[in-house]
Amino acid sequence: MQRIGVFVCHCGSNISATVDVVRVAESLKNEQNVVFSADCRYMCSENGQSLIKNTVKEYGLTGIVICSCSPRMHENTFRKTAGEAGINPYMVEIANIREQCSWIHKNAAEATEKAVILGRAAVAKLNRDFPLTEGESSVTKRALVIGGGIAGIQTALDIADAGYKVDIVEKKPTIGGKMAQLDKTFPTLDCAACILTPKMVDAAQHENITLYTYSQVTNVEGYVGNFRVTIKKKARYVNETLCSGCGECTLKCPSKKGKNEFNMGLNNRSAIYIPFAQAIPNVPVIDTEQCIKFNTGKCGLCQMTCQAKAVDFSMKDEYITENYGAIVAATGFDIISLDKFGEFGYQMYDDVVTSLEYERLMNAAGPTGGHLVRPSDGKEPKTVVFVQCVGSRDIRECGKEYCSKICCMYTAKHAMLTREKYPDTEVYVFYIDVRTPGKGFDEFYRRAAEQYGVRYIKGMVGKVYDDGEGNIMVRASDLIAGEQLTIKADMVVLAAATEPDKTARTLGTMLTASMDTNDFFTEAHPKLRPVESPTAGVFLSGFCQGPKDIPETVAQAGAAAVKVVGLLSKDSLKSNPCTAISDPVICSGCGACKNVCPFGAVELAEKTVLTERGRETRLVSVVNDAVCKGCGACTVACPSGCMDLKGFTSSQIFGEVDALCR
Amino acid sequence: MPLNEKNKKAETLSSEKTDCEENGKFVPVIVAFCCNWCSYAGADLAGSSRLTYPSNVKIIRVPCSCRVNPTFILRAFGRGADGVILAGCHPGDCHYSTGNYYTRRRMTLLFSMLSYMGIEKERMKLQWISAAEGVKFAETMNEFSKSVEKLGPCKKLGDLRCK
Amino acid sequence: MQIGDMLSDRIKELLTSGKADRVFAWETGELVFDRSPRVFSKGLKGFVYDDFCIQNLCKYMIEETKKDGKILVLLKPCDTRGLELLKKENRIKRDKIYALGVPCGGMADGEKIKKLGIKGILSVRDGGDVFVIETAEGEKTVDKSDVTADKCLSCQSKEHIDCDELFMPEKSKDTAVIDRFVQVEEIEKMTEDERFSFWRSQLSKCIRCNACRNVCPACSCEKCIFDNDNSGMASKANADDFEESLYHIIRSFHVCGRCVDCGECSRVCPQNIPLHLINRKYIKDISMLYGSEDKPALLTFDKNDPEPDFLSGRGI
Repeated sequence: MQRIGVFVCHCGSNISATVDVVRVAESLKNEQNVVFSADCRYMCSENGQSLIKNTVKEYGLTGIVICSCSPRMHENTFRKTAGEAGINPYMVEIANIREQCSWIHKNAAEATEKAVILGRAAVAKLNRDFPLTEGESSVTKRALVIGGGIAGIQTALDIADAGYKVDIVEKKPTIGGKMAQLDKTFPTLDCAACILTPKMVDAAQHENITLYTYSQVTNVEGYVGNFRVTIKKKARYVNETLCSGCGECTLKCPSKKGKNEFNMGLNNRSAIYIPFAQAIPNVPVIDTEQCIKFNTGKCGLCQMTCQAKAVDFSMKDEYITENYGAIVAATGFDIISLDKFGEFGYQMYDDVVTSLEYERLMNAAGPTGGHLVRPSDGKEPKTVVFVQCVGSRDIRECGKEYCSKICCMYTAKHAMLTREKYPDTEVYVFYIDVRTPGKGFDEFYRRAAEQYGVRYIKGMVGKVYDDGEGNIMVRASDLIAGEQLTIKADMVVLAAATEPDKTARTLGTMLTASMDTNDFFTEAHPKLRPVESPTAGVFLSGFCQGPKDIPETVAQAGAAAVKVVGLLSKDSLKSNPCTAISDPVICSGCGACKNVCPFGAVELAEKTVLTERGRETRLVSVVNDAVCKGCGACTVACPSGCMDLKGFTSSQIFGEVDALCR
Repeated sequence: MPLNEKNKKAETLSSEKTDCEENGKFVPVIVAFCCNWCSYAGADLAGSSRLTYPSNVKIIRVPCSCRVNPTFILRAFGRGADGVILAGCHPGDCHYSTGNYYTRRRMTLLFSMLSYMGIEKERMKLQWISAAEGVKFAETMNEFSKSVEKLGPCKKLGDLRCK
Repeated sequence: MQIGDMLSDRIKELLTSGKADRVFAWETGELVFDRSPRVFSKGLKGFVYDDFCIQNLCKYMIEETKKDGKILVLLKPCDTRGLELLKKENRIKRDKIYALGVPCGGMADGEKIKKLGIKGILSVRDGGDVFVIETAEGEKTVDKSDVTADKCLSCQSKEHIDCDELFMPEKSKDTAVIDRFVQVEEIEKMTEDERFSFWRSQLSKCIRCNACRNVCPACSCEKCIFDNDNSGMASKANADDFEESLYHIIRSFHVCGRCVDCGECSRVCPQNIPLHLINRKYIKDISMLYGSEDKPALLTFDKNDPEPDFLSGRGI
């Protein structure tokens, strides 16, 4: 049996000018279980608070109703007071008789009547309240960053610098990601390697950072503060601790037919290889498909060459399980496959390349030593045609509906660098729009067009074809001049659309982090929480959340790190007690709740329950209080009504409805 | 119970409704479910901006519009509400990221069903009102109340037992 | 040899080969047209499969798969949709079921035969496209198409889903002659008041026997919200038609997007309330608004879903 105290606030004259507070207090005395009801000039003042505390003591109250301003204003104040008075802070209900009553109604009788009804609804709800306690869980002071590109490296460095342990898992044999492949960076044209490699070294040498390269996350369990992650460390057949990184083995290796992934397959590498000179760790890996030893059992030259005795053909994949308090997804991007864009002739002609391939052709460490030549015959191109938006902003099934964001700028960069190094080369850029929002971006684009004489033509390329004499012809329309153009090109460079890395989707499922239809991770709030996933404890860094250039990626990486540090700095996590709760006896285990939960807070688990028919073991839903945010989506999805929401139970809302409609 | 007897009961119901008539004018009972983060805050803003709307609109605070179960709406109608309105964050702005998308589907289908059963569709409404839209909140409630007033008392879904 | 006998032989083979331990099928009832669901654990005495085996057996699998051993169940094409739903919602243990898909040429409605004025019926024999009816006044024949059960007239498909074996699927015959949304559209075209009086007259016939709920493969909750005293929805005195309307509105909302449109709710209703027209309204709205999706309509969303006004704007 509850004992309820009602306190009606005057709010100076804010409420009492239109609402007859004495009458409201008087009238609410007649409500169920109300043992005390009075008015007070300022409930939020020192006096009001002591009135509550004294009354709780004197009348042995179990809960209080405050008729006052909006709960958004003082709910926490009154909960604290209730706690201090010795009753559960969640045994407090507020009737909003200021914002929703006295301030908007001019007629005193009308306002008073409404205030009474709002008070009744609050009493009805309180009559169905029960004490709630905030959940508490521990925090493992270690973070996991998935992806070792610039986003992952920056996030890890920032977390590590703040004094927390952090592990980076990178699926490739080296960290560095896409940025390592770039030649120059816009709009400053500084060399990518010069600014990235020191960070890679910092990450490798940081006492708080552990690198797991050539590794992948295979399983994630747990929840915020307490994730348990399994990492598969693929066998690289070279012992990382023994290897000195001298590279002798890669020179001796007789198999030289592996496509050099780092150079976008533009040249070949040995079967045992280091992806690039500044790779971290600087330890080779054996490509078992190309390796003669693995295919025929003979050879083993690398092993014989290695003085450190680091080559180990018997190495096996290794599984590591580690606990983390927070996880950051930094899985980055890739460019889309151009298989379905036949019109550009990418599959047909060697001299039609993607921008990333062009990047390698321009790079001093690339397959041509930075000398721009055509892949087909090694001659310098005299006419280069750049095509923008290849698959971006393309609503066809093979394309991507979004803007890839980085292409306008890197194309301007490529065009500018080409004109600078080879001034006698004609450079055309076909575009739909040139988008240059960013510091110094528009100036950069204008320099390319105005100072470097890059010929920007608004229009799409319709077809790239062979004129029958071995020349690549580009047919396009010039939308401004309103004419069809045919250009004889020595090279065509396609700004292929970007897409999230293929591994993101499987990772998203493991993390129960939601993703959009394009497989970009969804942020918890598009404006206010851009680096957090809706799943507590999972954060987002870089391109995996949406297209970004390097400065934006680095900024977001830092922001994600701050969020992680904020989480790890807590000794325990207090969770919102207004969470969903499932009655296992009634639950049928249909999984509707799990389906709609945006936070992955509901799981189905085999449980033994005592039903009317006896003991039964079956699947039932289980809510993880540490993860549930209390939206209530599951409560409506559940047809049996076994799922309810503490603090907003169906019974409480029915009570309020009944009181309002009485 | 024979049908004609039921009709009689429905008629008595409408005469009982005189309780909520003021100066001979019908004043509808309206229940507004508002999500805590956007629409309830929008109502607060309407209040602090002193924007009036009818006192017969009574708000129930819910964490998210997706907490509103069709049973709550039917319960309100059953207990004498003449109109029920749900207000939530604009699509894409949900505090819980996706709650209001579920609400939109649920209410689209539920309202369609109630209309299919012959209940006036003007008695139920889903409106997106942000925390900044105090004006929109007051306007929405004014318009909704007016349109429900025009329909008169809701006899069709009333629960006679509770009268 | 009639199909029932051939089927019986096949079932015996399956039992002998250990594919299943028990059989869930139909047996002949007391009246000529009666067929009752039943478990056959020893022999197939009384087993029948003919045009009167209309009941959907899938829902019995909830309890049957809680028992030991494997159960063989006979499923007509439309019944398999229910089984698939129960599987998706973890209500049955699919690996304890041997689903044997049986052909369906449209089920017959015994009441329709009686309505043709045939009296003193002693027995009914399958004569291909006709029923040969032996009566006290001699033999009569009736075209099967004249007595096809209502729900089969708007049959969606004769394709089985997820069966372990199909028995003579070539014997299935398409019986769809009425578009399944025609009747829904007719109601939509009525005025608001006409719709209200239509549904009030229908739903006030409801006696809350719960037959619709008990037969529905989508209504498989461990405990129905209407039976749960703590839900705030539990039925009390049967006082007025609000109670019945509420029950049917909520029930249809709970199966919304999950209803497999098997038509069993209307078939079992002792008051002949066209309950399937409620569920079909949802099906129609969902297919128009959201198209076909992997998940039930209420368990997913699209950011560009239309607003509730969309339908009223179109006058539906």
